[in-house]
Amino acid sequence: MSGAAQRALLAPARWRAWELAAWALLWAVPVVFGQHAALVNEIAILALFALSLDLILGYAGIVSLGHAAFFGVGAYGAALFAKHVWADPLVGLAVGTALGGLLGLATSPMIVRGTDLTRLMVTLGVAGVLLELANKFDGLTGGADGLQGVVMGPIVLPFVGRFDFDLGARVASFYSLAVLFAAFVLLRRVVHSPFGVSLQALRDNRLRLAAIGLSVNARLTAVYTLSAALAGAAGALLAQTTGFASLDVLEFHRSADVMLALVIGGAGWLWGGLVGAVAFKLLHDLVSSVTAQYWTFWIGGFLVLLMLVGRDRLFRPWTWWRRGAR
Amino acid sequence: MLTLLFDGIAYGMLLFVLALGLAVTMGLMNFINLAHGAFAMAGGYILIVLMQRAGWPFLACLPAAFVLTAAAGALLERTIYRPMYGKPHLDQVLFSIGLSFMAVAAVDFTMGSSPQVVQLPAWLRGRFEFGSGPWALGMGAYRLFIIACCVALALALQAVLTRTRFGSRLRAAVDDPRVAAGLGLPVDRIFLLTFAVGSGLAGLGGALGADILGMEPTFPLKYMVYFLIVCAVGGTSSITGPLLAALVLGIADVMGKYHVPKLGAFIVYVLMIGLLLWRPQGLFSREAGR
Repeated sequence: MSGAAQRALLAPARWRAWELAAWALLWAVPVVFGQHAALVNEIAILALFALSLDLILGYAGIVSLGHAAFFGVGAYGAALFAKHVWADPLVGLAVGTALGGLLGLATSPMIVRGTDLTRLMVTLGVAGVLLELANKFDGLTGGADGLQGVVMGPIVLPFVGRFDFDLGARVASFYSLAVLFAAFVLLRRVVHSPFGVSLQALRDNRLRLAAIGLSVNARLTAVYTLSAALAGAAGALLAQTTGFASLDVLEFHRSADVMLALVIGGAGWLWGGLVGAVAFKLLHDLVSSVTAQYWTFWIGGFLVLLMLVGRDRLFRPWTWWRRGAR
Repeated sequence: MLTLLFDGIAYGMLLFVLALGLAVTMGLMNFINLAHGAFAMAGGYILIVLMQRAGWPFLACLPAAFVLTAAAGALLERTIYRPMYGKPHLDQVLFSIGLSFMAVAAVDFTMGSSPQVVQLPAWLRGRFEFGSGPWALGMGAYRLFIIACCVALALALQAVLTRTRFGSRLRAAVDDPRVAAGLGLPVDRIFLLTFAVGSGLAGLGGALGADILGMEPTFPLKYMVYFLIVCAVGGTSSITGPLLAALVLGIADVMGKYHVPKLGAFIVYVLMIGLLLWRPQGLFSREAGR
């Protein structure tokens, strides 16, 4: 391959200057605003969750209303592991991730068939089944009261030191940010690899992908599993940094929230999850401080308006007043 | 045993009336409207407000619930639903989730978050008992009334769809909107009318079932899954599909909640996933859609 062509093909995969700057900024936030570390932690977890949804929604075109299933499994898995087996956070994180991935692998045959509606219903149903199960086996999960008494051990990094989780959530925020960063770098590799490009081809036209001899189902299974594993990691982070897991992690609103965050940031663009998570949490905090109880009204109104205007126009203000730009 | 079956049928018929409007919108406009439950909730609250605060009789409240929600549906179709028809499914889903969030918060604000109690009229509180032992059949007058109403509605709708001019126009528009428009049918107006009637039916179903389903602000989210299951499983191309799906769902849900109350909606979800895996296009749909 000639040098120019290679460079042109590799151009989208290269790190831009603004991306490095944005990450430097993200790392600086918990250092500068130490008193808001809990919020930073929440944002990082939501961003990781949105990132995992972006992988299947933005790149593979799988609509899902039940992504909370994997989040919840990761959260309960990590919390139970810490309570009953070993309190080491990194091992717990691996357990949560693996559980999420396993569930994704197990449920992936359900999403390779059917239409958008079928997929919406099946993903919704899987999350519903898990919610009912978690409610039923309340001896294990604590049921509606939540799983109490999860005490995390310190994060032990070889050659660096040990960090205890503190009440101000400073360690937690750095921990979550580090996991988010690792996931981001990994996904950046994945979506610019031949596999990632074939996913986008699959999203645009399944039939053609099959016609050029690539296996559609194997790709869908792989990406769904990867996404589920990352969602499991996000759930594990939440359970570990708050020391708590309740039925809330499996509820419908969690799936809806992450979808909303992703849509605000824009799907099919890895930064969308991060931007969306920041915007969503800040919006949440802002509206809640005005009307704590009725904030869903405003978020709903925002969503309706956004969809009427067209979500891809959010970042193109110059098209707002032009009709029919789609 | 028979009593449970009876209750299940009543519940299923109610779900059918509630979900029918959704099935029509999905079949007609290929539009996934998750806010359908909001119309049902509106109907239920209209009934409660009219009965409790204005002192209207129960029977007068039912048509009022239908008319008011149909009007609201027509208004919303005209103003905000129409631009969404051509958009991708994801946009439609998010749009309608946003609408339901707004409805939930708005009702919470105006009516309070506690569940509402419906004072049924005396003639609906009776109960008929037949037989004894394991085959005893106890029929509540209220549930009998629901079944009668829903059967009458289903028959009337079936007659409208198959016998009248509007019905044939509607079926033509469902089959292929472009060709129908090319033949000079006012497809927009058919859609508007159908949407209004569908919303009205949801409102009527919500009013009828206000006592069984329980009216509280989270109603649209709670029952959204049920409506969607009825449509996804029953298909959207006929009335019988959703009817059978609603009956199966209603009976399964009542039986499940009676025998294993802790599992709650578990059975419904498992049933839905199983059915959808077996027949991804719905149980009773015509062969693979367009």
